[in-house]
Amino acid sequence: MATTYAEPLGPHAAPHVSTRLQRLLPKLVLAPSVAITLVFVYGFILWTTYLSFTKSRGYAVHELVGWLQYERVWAQPRWSVALHNLAIFGILYIVICLFLGLLLAILLDQRIRQEGTLRAIFLYPMAISFIVTGTAWKWMLNPGLGLEKLAHDWGYTNFHFDWIVNEDMAIYTLVIAGVWQATGFVMAMFLAGLRGIDQDIIKAASIDGARMLRIYWRIIIPQLRPVFLSALVILAHLAIKSYDLVVALTGGGPGYATDLPSTFMYAHTFTRNQLGMGAASAVMMLLTVAAIMVPFLYSEVRHSRATGRD
Amino acid sequence: MEQTWETPQMAQGTSFAWSRVVIYGLLGFFALIYLLPLVVMVLTSFKHLPEIYAGNMIALPKDWTIEPWVDAWQTACVGLSCNGIKGYFWNSAKMTVLAVVISTVLGLLNGYVLTKWKFKGANVLFGLMLFGCFIPFQIVLIPMATLLGKMGIASSTTGLVFVHVVYGICFTTLYARNYYVAFPDELVKAAMIDGARFFSIFWRILLPNSGPIIIVTVIWQFTNIWNDFLFGASFSTGESAPMTVALNNVVNTSTGERPYNVHMAAAMIAALPTLLVYIFGGRYFVRGLMAGSVKG
Repeated sequence: MATTYAEPLGPHAAPHVSTRLQRLLPKLVLAPSVAITLVFVYGFILWTTYLSFTKSRGYAVHELVGWLQYERVWAQPRWSVALHNLAIFGILYIVICLFLGLLLAILLDQRIRQEGTLRAIFLYPMAISFIVTGTAWKWMLNPGLGLEKLAHDWGYTNFHFDWIVNEDMAIYTLVIAGVWQATGFVMAMFLAGLRGIDQDIIKAASIDGARMLRIYWRIIIPQLRPVFLSALVILAHLAIKSYDLVVALTGGGPGYATDLPSTFMYAHTFTRNQLGMGAASAVMMLLTVAAIMVPFLYSEVRHSRATGRD
Repeated sequence: MEQTWETPQMAQGTSFAWSRVVIYGLLGFFALIYLLPLVVMVLTSFKHLPEIYAGNMIALPKDWTIEPWVDAWQTACVGLSCNGIKGYFWNSAKMTVLAVVISTVLGLLNGYVLTKWKFKGANVLFGLMLFGCFIPFQIVLIPMATLLGKMGIASSTTGLVFVHVVYGICFTTLYARNYYVAFPDELVKAAMIDGARFFSIFWRILLPNSGPIIIVTVIWQFTNIWNDFLFGASFSTGESAPMTVALNNVVNTSTGERPYNVHMAAAMIAALPTLLVYIFGGRYFVRGLMAGSVKG
């Protein structure tokens, strides 16, 4: 066969039809995916944004009303509750996951027998749908059947644990279950980070007589800063996107005490016939996630280019 | 662990042993807590109902029974129809297999183009695609529901396959690209000089060396799509619902005395496919998880 297409990126060679096709082929192969992304990610973002500025309720209409839908969303007590919940949930979820994840990673890094088994135990919640494990959690948190009953059976009759049906405390049950699900992931990231640290520095420090706790605090943990950053970003965006968790555990209740922006959006769009408000809340969710992810992705891509990994 | 009496480390040795006790104690404690929901689910799914209401949740069943599993599969009520979850299980199976295969093939080809046939603007396109992995899907629900309705594939497995392919490509592309970046360009160049064309290079040179990344991608996609709830709940109704949506209905529609054992059995059935994948491919699952967190 001729070798005209030996240099696919080279300057224009003989314009044989098959050669031209051959040169276009990579782009043709990529094109559907690019088109899909442009239409179904960016096009749909624009579409939803447009809807959020229209008067749409039960179905989409094209009458523009400016910021009205946003004002209506912000006027809802339910939206304030959702934001308040997101703040409580997000902060506790991130902080506890980071702390427990790091703790477990450090413990596992002490030349533990059965490390593989333990790692698998801490990570399995990530592999199962929250709709599934939420069923178990809901049951365990049920005052009449779960942990409270267990404590009573064991003789601790004063033990009360009714958070899931308590308006003020229900949001914390989401934190418990959310942390349970995501800690293993954070642990895996920290463990990878710990294994990447130069052992000689640690040896040198311990020869100097530094205690292990001090070595961790002063030398090892500071070196994990990039892992902290990645974990923080991933957890923050997971917190904002949390949806299954609420549906499975509390259904947003009691009342709407455990609503998050994600469930607020769903309820207004699909059950309350408020497309415009649903769209407006979705846009605000997207902007929050973008504010976190875009700088992060940008720096990741730049960084990898700078280190030659491209 | 391996201490000899001769070494002058003895004084340290005692405190060392104590710290081992603390480490193993803590790890064991956390392991128990992490296992608790799964243990409760399994135990409860093998108990008779009266025993559940009378006994405690972590006691072994006194009288083991597989009835709840059979009921969940064949007669549990999902909404108004009481034909069990079997139909929904197969919905999910069909949907997942199709969507995984299509999105993985597209992802591999995209990764190949983005690394071995780079053109001006390729990185920008990749960046644009990458952002799609992280959007909150609430932003696409309304347009997608409208579009699926117009295309006539709303409330169908086809519609859900379409949605999962569309929003799965960014992940599969990310994985394949990051894997192929490290694949030696020289091999590809040599094949070009020999006259090999676009697809034959992919087929003969890259694909045979793509085993690990295919496993990672398939496991990641399988887990995500099988476990999806948001798309399933938004774009399916009644009989066409995937497993997760049906499970949520089973758990929430029972009236009167709740058959918790059947709920737990249904939940276990819904969990089994991904749990098995995790048990046999855990290593690859973790790799996918880490790659999904971008670092790399």
